[in-house]
Amino acid sequence: MTTTTAEHRQEYGHGDRYDRYEALTGLMELMSGDEKHGPAATSTLDALWVLYDRVLRVGPDRADDPGRDRFLLSKGHGPMAYYAVLAAKGFVPVDRLPGFGSYDSPLGHHPDRVLVPGAEIGSGSLGHGLPIAVGTALGLRAQGLHDPHVWVLVGDAELDEGSNHEAIAYAGPAGLDRLHTLVIDNSSASWARPGGIAARFEAAGWSAATVDGRDHEALYAAFTASHPGRPRVVVAQVEPKDG
Amino acid sequence: MDTMRDRFAPVVSRLLDEDPRVAVVLAEIGLADFAEARRRHPDRVINVGIREQLLVGAGAGLALTGLRPVVHTFASFLVERPFEQIKLDLGHQDVGAVLVSAAASFDWPAGGYTHMSPGDVALLDTLDGWTVHVPGHPDEAETLLRHAVAADDDKVYVRLSTQSNDRALPVDGTRFHTVREGRAGVVVAVGPLLDPVLDATEGLDVTVLYAATVRPFDAVTLRHATEAASPDVVLVEPYLAGTSVSTVNDALVDLPHRVLGLGVGRRELRRYGLVEEHVAAHGLDARSLRERIDGFLGVRVRA
Repeated sequence: MTTTTAEHRQEYGHGDRYDRYEALTGLMELMSGDEKHGPAATSTLDALWVLYDRVLRVGPDRADDPGRDRFLLSKGHGPMAYYAVLAAKGFVPVDRLPGFGSYDSPLGHHPDRVLVPGAEIGSGSLGHGLPIAVGTALGLRAQGLHDPHVWVLVGDAELDEGSNHEAIAYAGPAGLDRLHTLVIDNSSASWARPGGIAARFEAAGWSAATVDGRDHEALYAAFTASHPGRPRVVVAQVEPKDG
Repeated sequence: MDTMRDRFAPVVSRLLDEDPRVAVVLAEIGLADFAEARRRHPDRVINVGIREQLLVGAGAGLALTGLRPVVHTFASFLVERPFEQIKLDLGHQDVGAVLVSAAASFDWPAGGYTHMSPGDVALLDTLDGWTVHVPGHPDEAETLLRHAVAADDDKVYVRLSTQSNDRALPVDGTRFHTVREGRAGVVVAVGPLLDPVLDATEGLDVTVLYAATVRPFDAVTLRHATEAASPDVVLVEPYLAGTSVSTVNDALVDLPHRVLGLGVGRRELRRYGLVEEHVAAHGLDARSLRERIDGFLGVRVRA
C-alpha cells in the first residue's frame, strides 16, 4: 500500500470534506433519502464515530496491513451509520451510498466483507462476530502481532444468542487482552435485567465499563482505559429502541 | 492396526512444526493427543472447551488473520451442531479451513444416535466449494490430511473413521482409482466400504472404482468407466444413502443411465451394539451388498 488516507480520499474527489461528525447525518440521508432517523438507525453512530475517529488504527491505505486494528461489526442490521462512517473515513466512495440495498450496490442491508472496503466481516445473522473476533485475537497472537487491537460491536439483544456466551466465557479465562467488545445497549432485548450485560462479562473475567453511548468523551475514556491481562467490554447505553 | 484418528495428531503435530501457518482448534475432544504439540506451540494448539459454535467461529477468525486452521471434533458436533458457522463464518466470509471429523456414521454404536453423523456429507453438499475426503485406510488418511492442509485456503472436510480397508490404495486427493474392470456395470465404493464391495462383487463382471475423495466428484473417471461398461452405476457410500446420486446424474447427464445409491439408511435404528451389527442393519455387509447389486444389475452381471 503506497497511498495515504488523504490521497485515497482525493481519488474519491471529496478530500476531507466528509471527515467530521457533523457530516454523518448527511451521508446517512444519501442512503435513506429522508432527513429523519429514529434512534434505532443511529444507535451505533456515536460509538462508531469515536472509534474510527480517535481509537482504531485503520485506514483505507492499510486495508491489508497485518498490524492494523480490526473492527468487526457483528450487529449487521441497520448498517447505515457504519457505511456513513466508512464513507467519512474514505473507505467507501460517497457516490456509492445512494444505491444502498440495490442489486448493483456493494452496500446491502447487512454488510458483506467481500463487497465493502474496510469491512472485516460480513454479518447479519446475529451471534457470529464475537466468536470470529476471538479467533482473530488468537490468530494475531499466534503470529506475534501483539500490537493490533480487535474490536467487535454487538447489540444488547444480540447477546441473547448463545454463541456469544461461548466466546465471552472463553475469552476471559484465556486472558485475551487485545479483544474488545462494544455493546450498543438500546434496551431491545425482551428479557433482560438492569446491569445484566456488564455483570455477565465481569463474571467471565472481563474488564467492564458502562457509559453514555452519546457522550464522546466518556466513550473515548472507556475505549482507551487500560485492562492488562483481561479482555474489555464497553456497554454504550443509548435511547431505548421502543422508548 | 491403528486407526485413522491415531494418525491425526501425529501428522498434524508434524505439520505444526513444519508450517507456521498451521493452527489446531479443538473442543476438548482429542486434546490429550496434542499435549506435546501444545507444549511446543502453545499459541497454535487451541482448546476452546465444549463450545462448538466458538470452535468453528474461532477457526474462521484464525483464517482471517492468514492462518490455516485445522478444526477437529466428532462429526455430529463439527458439521451438524455449528452448521451455520460453517456456512457463514467460513463460506460467506470467504475463508478456508480444514475440518477433520471422527466417529463418522456409527463408529461408536454403543454411544447411540447422538454420536452418529450419517448426514455430514449431504449437509456440506448444500454449500459451495467444499472438498470432501473419505479415506479408507490410515495411510490414506495421512496422505489426505497432508493434502488438505496444503490446499491453500480451500475449504476441506476430512472424514476419519474406525472402519477401514485391509490395504491402502494410492490416493492423490482428486481422482478415483480403478480397482477392477468389467462390462455389466460400474460400482463406486467410497472409503472404508471398498473391502465389502470387493467381497460382494467377487466373480461379477463389473468395474469397481474406489473413491477416497468424493467432492469434487471425479466425473471423468466415472464417464470413462461407463464407456467400457454398461452405464448402470451403483454407489456404495459410508454415509447417508444416495448422497452422491445427483452428482452421478450430473456426470452422466447426456447418457441414458441408471443409478442405485446404497449407504446408511435415514431411519433412526435406536440400537446400540457393535459396528458390524450396524453395517449389517444398513445392508452394507458383503452379503447384503451382493444381493442388492445383483438385483439392480440383473443376471447379465455374472461373469
